[in-house]
Amino acid sequence: MRMTDSARPSDGFDVAYVARLARLHLEENERAQLQGQLEQILSYVDALKEADVSGLAPMIQAVETENVLRSDEVSPGVDREAALANAPEHRLGLFIVPRILE
Amino acid sequence: MSWQADIGLEIHVQLRTRTKMFCGCPNAFGAEPNTHVCPTCLGYPGTLPVANADAIRLTVRSGMLLDSTIGLRSKFDRKNYFYPDVSKNYQITQYDEPLCIGGHLDIVVDGQTRRIGITRIHLEEDVAKNIHFGSDSGVDFNRAGTPLMEIVTEPDLHTPEEALAFLQALKQVLQYGEVSDCNLEQGNIRCDINCSVRQVGAERLGTKTELKNMNTFRGVFRALQHEIPRQIRELERGRSIVQETRRWDEASGRTEAMRGKEDAHDYRYFPEPDLPPVQLTEEEVARWRAELPELPVARRARLVQAHGLPEYDAGVLVADKEVADFFEAALQAGAPAKAASNWIMTELLARVSETGASIHSLRITPAALASLLQLVEKKVINGPTAKEVLALVLAEGGEPEAIVKQRGLAQVSDTGALEAFAAQAISANPKSVADYQAGKPAAFEFLVGQVMRLSRGKANPQLVRELLKKQLG
Repeated sequence: MRMTDSARPSDGFDVAYVARLARLHLEENERAQLQGQLEQILSYVDALKEADVSGLAPMIQAVETENVLRSDEVSPGVDREAALANAPEHRLGLFIVPRILE
Repeated sequence: MSWQADIGLEIHVQLRTRTKMFCGCPNAFGAEPNTHVCPTCLGYPGTLPVANADAIRLTVRSGMLLDSTIGLRSKFDRKNYFYPDVSKNYQITQYDEPLCIGGHLDIVVDGQTRRIGITRIHLEEDVAKNIHFGSDSGVDFNRAGTPLMEIVTEPDLHTPEEALAFLQALKQVLQYGEVSDCNLEQGNIRCDINCSVRQVGAERLGTKTELKNMNTFRGVFRALQHEIPRQIRELERGRSIVQETRRWDEASGRTEAMRGKEDAHDYRYFPEPDLPPVQLTEEEVARWRAELPELPVARRARLVQAHGLPEYDAGVLVADKEVADFFEAALQAGAPAKAASNWIMTELLARVSETGASIHSLRITPAALASLLQLVEKKVINGPTAKEVLALVLAEGGEPEAIVKQRGLAQVSDTGALEAFAAQAISANPKSVADYQAGKPAAFEFLVGQVMRLSRGKANPQLVRELLKKQLG
């Protein structure tokens, strides 16, 4: 596991980069439009940066619970037929996806 | 110019739990594809993960075995990426608050002990298995969501030999800890290698490459044997090392840069909102520590002390937990300790290394070995016959005692019968008798052999020697 986001661009918001991470294909005009819109949204959220949060622990969850665990016991799953029923394609009991390049 | 390699490992270990990490589907290898699945591990929207308490206990136990600091508070995070092995488009892992921090493991290479640092141990979910066909790929979710522990080492390893020794030592500890079966054929241990080289004396580490998805120890060794000289060659030619992910190709014996998938990774980690943090108490951790199973060093000492085994024997037996378990089970069934140790170390381990299977998969059970050794001890059969019986048990299974009866293999200790064989051997071999009387000990051994042959191998050899000596005057 890589612990740093080494591939993150150093400044600004790069819509093409984020689209690539999300496997989205954007046309040139869409890219320009989204670049502007998303920058606007980000600058809106930037207002939060003005709040003084020094000395506060980050809030990860709205409800403060901990240790919601299960014991190591088998519970019923779903039949393979049911699991595969919604797949666009299946064969030999496997979900079939476009060929993955190794 | 003199170079040094710096190697760090990221080792993924499948934990020995009954169920998956975040749902109650069985954690089992080898089932028909997609038969251990439910909406949670298939990644259906709206499902909620619930962490397996036992997987947390086993990870903490691993940390204890490796002298880590146990993080009493830890949490889970999402690692986001798009690939068909993870249907949610994120893998649940631990990013900045792992269960175990720091630690170390000692390795011995060429008689030198070195302490290798552990950076961290965290818990995550394994991903689905992809099967590649010519024109498309298949996905099997049986493995998806099974508990996977990741152990990250410091770049403290310097040679392929050290990397191999580390993996073997780690496997031993995890097997003794009953954390994982560590079955390599089933992919229980897989690892990524980070490797760089620098000039001896240089302070900073060189640029590293990553070798991903190594699933055999031999592969790790061979990949490093190739990758280290490759990097040195590049640097000596005045080129630089590109930080990249490479793949080890077992068939060609080379590493090569991977295409596509691995570039520009940006996982956008963030805390998993569906899983509350884990808060362990000091008492809980202390209780787990008290439950730690006996480790190799302690077991070795106990075998020496309790059963009077030589240090060497004890060392060989405990090297593999399954072998030591087999030995102790044979003792429970009444086998004499030193004989059991001898037979396991020679006959059984030879068979294990020939077949590459575990000792428990041999057709002889600890109880059958005990019964065989008791037959030898009570002089019902002699040593060579015992080996013959062992070969039969290994080939066909069965009870040594029944085999001896059925095949009439019991040793002949009937003095009358043996005296007749001795007389026959003496009269048929006058030259050997003369040689013996002229002081040639080899001639006596020949006569012993003749008597054994006449008894079809069943004579009590001790008795044969006595009777021959008596008859030869």
